Amino acid sequence: MNGVIETQDLSKHYGPVIAVDGLTLTLSKGEVFGLLGPNGSGKTTTILMLLGLTEPTSGTVRVLGYDPARNPLQVKRRAGYLPDSVGFYDDLTARENLRYTARLNGLTRAEADARIIDVLARVGLTSVANRQAGAFSRGMRQRLGLAEVLLKQPEIAILDEPTAGLDPEAAMEFLGMIRELKAQGITVLLSSHLLHQVQAVCDRVGLFHKGKMVLEGTFDSLADRVLGGAYRIKVETSRPDGLEPALRAIPGVTNLSQERPGQFRLETQVDCRAEVARRVVGSGADLLGLTLERPSLDEIYARYFREVDHEA
Amino acid sequence: MKREGSPWTGLWAVVLKELADHLSSVRMQLLELLIFLTAFAATFVASRQLRATVAEDPYIYLKLFTTGQDPLPSFVAFLGFFLPLAAISLGFDSVNGEHNRRTLSRVLSQPIYRDALLLGKFLAGILTLGISLLALWLLVTGMGLLVLGVAPSGEEVGRGLLFLLSTLAYAGIWLALALVFSVVFRQPATSALAAMAVWLFFAVFWDIVVQVAAQALRPAYGGDPFAALAQVRLGLFLSRLSPNTLFAELVIALLNPEVRALGPVFITQLEGAVLNSPLPVGQSLLLAWPQFTGLLAGVLLLFAGGYVLFQRQEVRA
Repeated sequence: MNGVIETQDLSKHYGPVIAVDGLTLTLSKGEVFGLLGPNGSGKTTTILMLLGLTEPTSGTVRVLGYDPARNPLQVKRRAGYLPDSVGFYDDLTARENLRYTARLNGLTRAEADARIIDVLARVGLTSVANRQAGAFSRGMRQRLGLAEVLLKQPEIAILDEPTAGLDPEAAMEFLGMIRELKAQGITVLLSSHLLHQVQAVCDRVGLFHKGKMVLEGTFDSLADRVLGGAYRIKVETSRPDGLEPALRAIPGVTNLSQERPGQFRLETQVDCRAEVARRVVGSGADLLGLTLERPSLDEIYARYFREVDHEA
Repeated sequence: MKREGSPWTGLWAVVLKELADHLSSVRMQLLELLIFLTAFAATFVASRQLRATVAEDPYIYLKLFTTGQDPLPSFVAFLGFFLPLAAISLGFDSVNGEHNRRTLSRVLSQPIYRDALLLGKFLAGILTLGISLLALWLLVTGMGLLVLGVAPSGEEVGRGLLFLLSTLAYAGIWLALALVFSVVFRQPATSALAAMAVWLFFAVFWDIVVQVAAQALRPAYGGDPFAALAQVRLGLFLSRLSPNTLFAELVIALLNPEVRALGPVFITQLEGAVLNSPLPVGQSLLLAWPQFTGLLAGVLLLFAGGYVLFQRQEVRA
């Protein structure tokens, strides 16, 4: 068993609707994997199958070597799950909510209390531990959810849309906590449609579209594949006349567009800023600006689906 | 495909949590207040009426439960009316409530099976009802002690406990029904209304349906005794499909030792019988045994139905 999570041709049908279609995925220990895709593309269904909360129509799943459909208790003991827009019992305090979870996990009272103090401190909720969960803001609820995941000291953390609906500051804080999980050697699978946030924490991402994982790999390799080049260079010059063919001829340039007279955007496979500068100056124009832009996941995503729709 | 691991993992955690929820919930406190007040009133009236006959009646404590005086119905009648309401109010939002609070997927992602969650909720409801009933029964008996001034006999205590048990089975029917509806309907209001509708149907309309059906299916004209008997028997059969009838018959048999039959009796069957001599507890229980098992079977069937539905339900909202 080399993968912490392994799926093979995993499919789930709801009547005529195909929610997940032939998913093959392997996660190795300690990595952060992002399942990305629009709402309704099969991310949550995939997660539920990994936890044995819904049965696959076909295909196999192995989580830490266990089959979640056959042996869900072993899987759920080792994998923590933070559902999309998680809810708590409103009339119980944060501590009581966690205590219930601890009891469901079979922890003794003393052990539970010690762990609860620890996890509440780690997510920064110690000061509100005895407040009713009904009064919690969305961000606090999400953090309490993460505390619950940590409570069982999991090997895997599965987070469904962990940053959806959080304000930017809270989202950044939350992403920081996800990074801490990775530092502890916990394998993290997170799903999201907020690509730019995920980009910051994921080692590897998989793009979902209509139940299929259409793209998978590290961020750079995706950029390579979809955008034809991982680099974007923005050039600003004073006299653009006749410059375009010269820039286009630079080895490694795959695409060139003129945004305004004198302002070009180059897509290149290598970092060829030096060559660009040489050519601009050599042509007699003034070089006013030269910047390298890393493409964002949003761009990759948008570009990919534009191409898909175009072909269809 | 066989599952591994015990389905009872985490059962007690669920039971204890739900029990704590029930016992501290406002709706339960309101219902308890209502039940206690009516029980108090009913026993008060009954005991005042019974004072006159204390010396003559060997089963004075049982009369405490069954005696009513207009306009107040007896304690048993009150229970038959309020218990279904209490049971429904404990169960109608057990599963869909978790759905709506978005806690269901979180709880089910803990190392427990769905079995434990559903059974835990049911057991917690039964325990809650059991605790209230036991308190109620002790209250009534205690009041009897004060007002009547005689101690209940062992036989009366035994009958009282059996009565308690059958009341619990009757309440279990409505709790299981509410649980099923809480699985079927996504809105708690819908499931509460549906359960109340079923209760109302059996409480008010079932008798009418039974009469009409019996007269239509087994018409008895011109005083034909066999036709009339057939009609009575069909009516009895149909009416026993209702948990209310089963409960009523159980109560009659258990709380009235003089009762010897729960259906039509022929004169010939009374030959040689010593009328008005009470039956021992065992015989009374035997008489009502089919009704008791019928109630239990109803509880089991409803719970099993809810169980199957819940197992097949998708977790996601």
